[in-house]
Amino acid sequence: MLFPILTCIVFLPLAGGLIILFVPKQNIGLIKTVATAVTAIDLILSIILLVNFNYSGSMQFEENLSWIPSVNIFYHLGIDGISIGLIFLTTLLSFLACIGSYSIGMRQKEYFFLYLLLATGMLGTFVALDLVLFYVFWEIVLVPMYFLIGIWGGPRKEYAAIKFFIYTLAGSIFMLLGILAFYFTSTPHTFSILELGKTTDALTMPIQILIFIAFYLGFAVKVPVFPFHTWLPDAHVEAPTPISVLLAGVLLKMGGYGFFRISFPLLKDAAHYFVLPFAILGAINIVYGAVVAMAQVDFKKMVAYSSVSHMGFVMLGLASMTTTGFNGALLQMFNHGIITGAMFFLVGVIYDRAHTRDLNKFGGLGVKMPVYAGMLTVFSLASLGLPGLSGFVSEFMSLLGSYAAFKIITIISVLGIVITAGYFLYMLQRVLMGPLNEKLAAISDINKRELFTLIPLMAIAILIGVYPLAALKFQMAAIEQLIAKLGGMIF
Amino acid sequence: MSLIESIRFITPEIILLAGAIIILMFSLFVSNKNVLGVFALSAIVAASLYLPQSQKVEPVLFFNMLTNDSFSLFFKEIILFITGIIILISIGYEELKEKYIGEFFFLLLNGAIAMLLAVSSNNLLMIYLSIEMLSLISYILVAFLKNNTLSSEAALKYFLFGALSTGIMLYGISLVYGLFGTTDLAMISKAVSAGQINNLVSLILLVLILAGLCFKCSLVPFHMWAPDVYQGAPTAVTAFLSVGPKAVGFAVLLRIFSNNFFHLYINWVTLVMLISIFTMTIGNVIAISQTNIKRMLAYSSIAQAGYMLIGFVVGTAGGIEGVLYYIFAYTLMNLGAFGCVILVSNYLKSDAIEDYAGLYKKDPVTSFMLSIFLLSLTGVPPLAGFWGKFLVFNAAIQSKFILLAVVGVINSIVAAYYYMRIIKFMYLEEPKAKEIGPKSVPLQIALAIVTAGVLIAGLYVTPFLNWVKYSQSFF
Repeated sequence: MLFPILTCIVFLPLAGGLIILFVPKQNIGLIKTVATAVTAIDLILSIILLVNFNYSGSMQFEENLSWIPSVNIFYHLGIDGISIGLIFLTTLLSFLACIGSYSIGMRQKEYFFLYLLLATGMLGTFVALDLVLFYVFWEIVLVPMYFLIGIWGGPRKEYAAIKFFIYTLAGSIFMLLGILAFYFTSTPHTFSILELGKTTDALTMPIQILIFIAFYLGFAVKVPVFPFHTWLPDAHVEAPTPISVLLAGVLLKMGGYGFFRISFPLLKDAAHYFVLPFAILGAINIVYGAVVAMAQVDFKKMVAYSSVSHMGFVMLGLASMTTTGFNGALLQMFNHGIITGAMFFLVGVIYDRAHTRDLNKFGGLGVKMPVYAGMLTVFSLASLGLPGLSGFVSEFMSLLGSYAAFKIITIISVLGIVITAGYFLYMLQRVLMGPLNEKLAAISDINKRELFTLIPLMAIAILIGVYPLAALKFQMAAIEQLIAKLGGMIF
Repeated sequence: MSLIESIRFITPEIILLAGAIIILMFSLFVSNKNVLGVFALSAIVAASLYLPQSQKVEPVLFFNMLTNDSFSLFFKEIILFITGIIILISIGYEELKEKYIGEFFFLLLNGAIAMLLAVSSNNLLMIYLSIEMLSLISYILVAFLKNNTLSSEAALKYFLFGALSTGIMLYGISLVYGLFGTTDLAMISKAVSAGQINNLVSLILLVLILAGLCFKCSLVPFHMWAPDVYQGAPTAVTAFLSVGPKAVGFAVLLRIFSNNFFHLYINWVTLVMLISIFTMTIGNVIAISQTNIKRMLAYSSIAQAGYMLIGFVVGTAGGIEGVLYYIFAYTLMNLGAFGCVILVSNYLKSDAIEDYAGLYKKDPVTSFMLSIFLLSLTGVPPLAGFWGKFLVFNAAIQSKFILLAVVGVINSIVAAYYYMRIIKFMYLEEPKAKEIGPKSVPLQIALAIVTAGVLIAGLYVTPFLNWVKYSQSFF
C-alpha cells in the first residue's frame, strides 16, 4: 500500500487541531467546522479501511519506518481483525461526539484542540505495533483527557480529573517497565509486537508472570477491572457528555485491546496461568457493577457502573480461551462502545433539558418526549441484552465460551444479566412512565442534531443484533489465529 | 604536550575571562542591562565557537591536570548553553537592578569558567579547586539581592553547608593522596585496577569524596540547603544553581567513580542505590505540600537528581548514556520552568502557587510553555523528559535493578501529582484580577529556545542519542 492511510487516520485530527490553534478564538463557527470536517474525513478513511479489509486475519496496511534506530524503536503501524473494529468505533464516536460537542459553551478553541489531540492518541494506540510507540500514544491520551474533564466537567471536575490522571499514569508506568523487560528478554532485542510474538514463548514462567502483571496493571486500570475501577464513576459523571461518550466508548477499550494485542499473544503461559483470576474478576465486575448500578439515583452514574458490569464480559470471554469466548469479548468491546456511547448521549440530552440527573425527579416523560423515549428504550434493551440487539450477541458468546471452562463462575455471571435487566427497566420506569413531574411539563423532545448522533449507533446496534456476522467476519480469522497460538479451544 | 601547546585547549576559558574583565570595566561607564547582557552573550557564543574538538589521542594538558575528551566536551557544550540561557533570563529578570548588573555577569562568566575547568579536570586537586571556585561564586550570587533578608539567609546557609561538605571532600582527597601518593586520576586508576587497595579504606575515602559531590548535586542527605537557597536566591540564580552545579557534580561523579574507580564498583553500588532511592522519595514527598513554586521546584530538582542517579548506580554504558541524556533534558526543562517562573513573577510579584490561578487567561503562551516543561518533568511522552526516564529505567531493567526501577516508577506517579497541581491552578481555576505587564523579549527568546529543545529532543531523539553515545567514552 503506497498511500499511508493509517498515518493519515492517526495524524489527521492532530493536524486539524493545529489548524484550530491558528483560528481566532471568537470564530467559533470555523473552529467547529474544522473539527467536524477532520473527524468526518477520518470516519470516511476508516470506512475505506473496512471496505479494503482482507478477512484473512493477517496484519495489513503496515507502515514500518525507523524512528530511533539506536534503541530499535520503529514507527510501525498496522491493523488486523482485532483492531479494525476499534478503529471504526473510534472514528465513528469521535465524529458523533464532535457534533455532540457543539453545545460546549466556553473556551471552544482549547476544547476542540484537546479533543482532536485525544482522537490522535486513541487512534494511535490501536494501530501501533511497536511497544514504545504504543506507550507514547497511550500516554498522549492522558493529557487532553485530564484537561477535558478538568475544565469542562461538572462540580467535582478537579477531583475527578486528577484521580483519572494519577490512576491511569500509575498503571501505565508499570506497563513501561513491562515494555523494557520485553526488550531485554527477547533475542534479538526488539520492541516490535510482531517480532516479540515469535520469540516470547521461550521465556520462563516467572519472567512471563512478572511482565504479565506489569502490563495487567496498565490495562486493568483502563478497562477498568475491580478493584481499580473507582476512577471510572467519578470521571464519567464529571466529564461533559461528549467526553463521557469517548471515555466509555473508546478509552475503556484501550485496556481490553491491550489484553488482546499484548498480554495474551505475547505471554502465552502466563495467560493460561491467570485464566482463573480473570474469570473471577470478570464475574465480580459483572455482578458487582450491576448491583452498584441498581443502587444509583444519578442517571449518569448508573450508566457508568453499567460499563463496569459490561466490561466484565470482556474479562470473562478472555478467560475462556476459546474462539467463541474471544470473539464474544472482542465484539462486546465494540458493542459496548456503541451502546454505552449512545446511553451517555441520551443522558446528556435529558440533562441539558432538565438540568438534573436524579432519576427520582423525572417521571412520565414518555408522553412529553416520545422520540427520546423510543431511543432510550431501544438502547436500554440493547444494553440489558435483549436478543435481536447487539448486546445480546456478544454477551451470549462470552458466556457460551466461558461455560466450557468455568461453569460455576459463568452461572454466577448470568445473574448479572438479570440484575442488569432489573436496573435498566427500573430506570425506564422512573424516567418514562408514571405521573408526569410538573416541573418538567415544558420539556422539549430530542432535537435533530441529537437525533443525528444517535441514529447511526442505533442502526449498528440493530444490524449486529440481527446479523452478527457483519461484525464477526472482520475478526474471526484473527481470533482463530490467536487461539491457535494460545493453544485454546476452537469452537 | 608542552605547556604552551596546551593553552589552545583552554581558549574558551580565556575568552570568557577576557569577556568578564571587560564587562567589569565597562560597567563603570555603561550600566545598561541589555548592552552588557548582549556582550556577555557574545562572549559565550565566541567561547562555544572555540571549543576544542575531541581528538583520537587524548592530549595530556598541563601535566595531566586537564583533559580534553568527548565526555568533557559534552558537559562543556551543556555548560555554555546553560550560561547563555541564564544570561538571557537575567536580562529579563526585574529584581536584578541595573546598578550591579556588571558584577552579576562578571560572576556568571567566572562561574562558567569554573564549571568548564571542573568537567575537564583529570586530577583530584584540580577538581577540588574548580568546584571550590564555583561554590564561592555561587555563594555570592545567592546573596546578590543584598537588601533582601531571605537572600542573605540563603547565602549563609549555602555557605555553611558548602564549607562543611567540601571540607569533608578535601579530607577524602587527602586520604587518597596518603594512600596512592598522587592526586592524578589516571595514576590512581592504574593502582586501583592492579588491586592494591584495601576495601574498607577505599570505602571510607569514597564516602568522603561522595559527600562533597552529593552537596553539589543536592542528593540526600546533603540536600537540606536546596529549598531555602532556591527560594531565597534571585530566581535567575536559582535557575543557574538548579542546573549548572548539578551538571558539574554529575560530571565529576561519573569521571571519578565510573571511569577511574570502577573496579571498586561493588563498594559503592549499594550505598549509592540507597542515596538514589532516598533522594527520589524525599524530594517528591516533600514537594507535594509546597505552596511556593520555587520551593516546589527545589524539591522537584532534588527528586530529579535521584532519577539521574539510577543510571549512575547501574554503571553500564547504557546507564551512563541515560544519565547524560537525562542531564541534557533536565537542563532544558528546568531552565524553562524557572524562566517561566521569572516571567510570571515579573508581573505577579509573587511566587505562590495559588497566584498562578487562571494564568491561561492572562498569559496563554507562558502557561502553555510552563505546562510543557512540567509535563516533561513528569515524564509524559513524547517530551524530552520522558526519554531521560526511559533510558535510565531501561538501563536499570537491563542490569536487573528491578527494585530501583520500581521505586523510580512509583516516584514518578507521586511527582505527577504536584506537577499537575500547578497545571491545575493555571488552567482549571478562575483568575484573580491582576493585569500582566510588558514581557521581556530576551526572556521570551530564552523560553522559546528551551521549549523548542524540549519538543525536538522528545520527537526526534536520534541525533541526541548519538551525541550522548559518542560522549560517554568510558566503556
